[in-house]
Amino acid sequence: MADERRTVVQAGIHPLHAFLLAGCVPLFLGALLSDWAYSATYEIQWTNFASWLLVGAMVLAGFALLWALIDLLRADRSWRGTPLIYFLVLLAAFIVGFIDALVHAKDAWAKMPEALILSVIVAVLVLVACWLGLSTWRSGEVR
Amino acid sequence: MRGFAPVALLAASVLLSACGNNSSSPDQYGPNPTLPGPQRGLLPTMKIASPAGWGNERPVVPAGYTISAIATDLKIPRQALVLPNGDILVAEGRGGGESKLTPKDFVASKLKAKGTSPVKGGNRLTLLRDSNGDGVYEMRTVFAENLNAPYGLALVGNHLFVANQDALVRFDYSVGQTRASGPPLVVTPLPSAINHHWTKSLTASPDGRFLYVGIGSNSNITERGMTVEVDRAMIWQVDVQTGAHRQYATGIRNPTALAIQPGTGQLWAVVNERDEIGPNLVPDYLTSIREGGFYGWPYSYWGQHVDNRVRPQNEAKVASAIVPDYGLGSHVAALGVAFSAPVMGARFADGVFVGEHGSWNRTPPSGYRVIFVPFTNGRPSGPPIDFVTNFMGKDGKTRGRPVGVTVDPKGALIVADDLSNTIWRVTPVKAPTPAPAAR
Repeated sequence: MADERRTVVQAGIHPLHAFLLAGCVPLFLGALLSDWAYSATYEIQWTNFASWLLVGAMVLAGFALLWALIDLLRADRSWRGTPLIYFLVLLAAFIVGFIDALVHAKDAWAKMPEALILSVIVAVLVLVACWLGLSTWRSGEVR
Repeated sequence: MRGFAPVALLAASVLLSACGNNSSSPDQYGPNPTLPGPQRGLLPTMKIASPAGWGNERPVVPAGYTISAIATDLKIPRQALVLPNGDILVAEGRGGGESKLTPKDFVASKLKAKGTSPVKGGNRLTLLRDSNGDGVYEMRTVFAENLNAPYGLALVGNHLFVANQDALVRFDYSVGQTRASGPPLVVTPLPSAINHHWTKSLTASPDGRFLYVGIGSNSNITERGMTVEVDRAMIWQVDVQTGAHRQYATGIRNPTALAIQPGTGQLWAVVNERDEIGPNLVPDYLTSIREGGFYGWPYSYWGQHVDNRVRPQNEAKVASAIVPDYGLGSHVAALGVAFSAPVMGARFADGVFVGEHGSWNRTPPSGYRVIFVPFTNGRPSGPPIDFVTNFMGKDGKTRGRPVGVTVDPKGALIVADDLSNTIWRVTPVKAPTPAPAAR
């Protein structure tokens, strides 16, 4: 019995999936820090940085999300618990990130404070998603 | 599913509210336009009208007037100048070319290009001549070429001044000349870094001592930073002799055309105001320009209406902002202004013509016409009258986009159209000469 479970868990997420997921974390974090820098200094270049960091983060997060969905659909029904929550949190991060990207297209200070608030939310969501997603790497430990 | 439903709902509702911008047009003409509160959905409103050929359509003019195309297949005609012998000079070009800084710049530039002519700018001046006065400009020749997005034109004595996007230059000119005698002399460089609003409008003071150069802002509303706005959004006064300049008036977002009022010698301008705070903000305007005056940009609009998108703000500047004279409506993109004369007919004798290039960010679109603003005692005195329309057809397709308007003292309005690359000429239909009374 135990051996059967171990096999499934060890599959974890694919290394490239892990790269996409982990890769978007510093990008979202960078966007958040850039937003904070803009709000603190009014120096416009920070918000340009934030906009591009978000675009990069969204590309990685988008592919990670797609991968998570495929994994979810292919997974054994009995194993939908954590992968499902992981997928939903990543989906939430993607949606909030998308709104954040649109907000960043507002000119100058028009994006504030929404841009900063959304960047905080998306950073938290993506950290949680990363935690859940990469936790599946741990083998053997099953609730 | 419970986890993400609220987020999806939030996204949907914000997106929907962004689409709800369709709105009727409040009265925004005259000295006290209705100004709603600023609004901006999650997506900026963009409504790019699709260009179409003229086919059997023609611009529509009032009864008693006729319109004809006196030059076609030009290379982005912007402004025209009528020379003393009746020849018409046309500045052709397309400037700008700012680098794209944000993801938004990439998307927006692609969309906006759909509403303009694909023709490459001519970077030249074309001369049109009607030798026998029959209204047909049978001669067409290139007066000067290899210019850099020429826009404003002015003649002072024997000197023809051209405002390129990066410099004010001067040609020698004698009446009847059809070709520049040589390359132009640089009078003064003009601010051209980035050049978001690249057009440099131009007019000369009545005594010919000074030139006025309109310089647009380097952004919609400081989204490229404050430092790039040095020497932008203002009108320069340039000494014709020395090329020395001073700031004549500031806070003018994009003064796209300048004109001197006959009689008073007062400088007037049409100005394009800021975008992305709603379909009915901020009205473009026509105003007399006060020497040393500050007109609000970027800190505020229409006097003391603070624009919250600007940081750092400047309360003292807001307090000093002058309210413009006459609202033209939001996003109409006024690009041409010319004082009329009695030769244009009694109804249009006293006032200004304004060329409206037309909106790209408003539903329903506005502008796409030439209007006449009547004046009384030297001031605007009533609602505008349509003078040339049908640039946008009832099918919503655009067939032309008016830019510069110029009054020919012989009795015609010259309209440059940078979409169909045409120069239009509107004239009063001559009343039949009454037969001499029999003795």
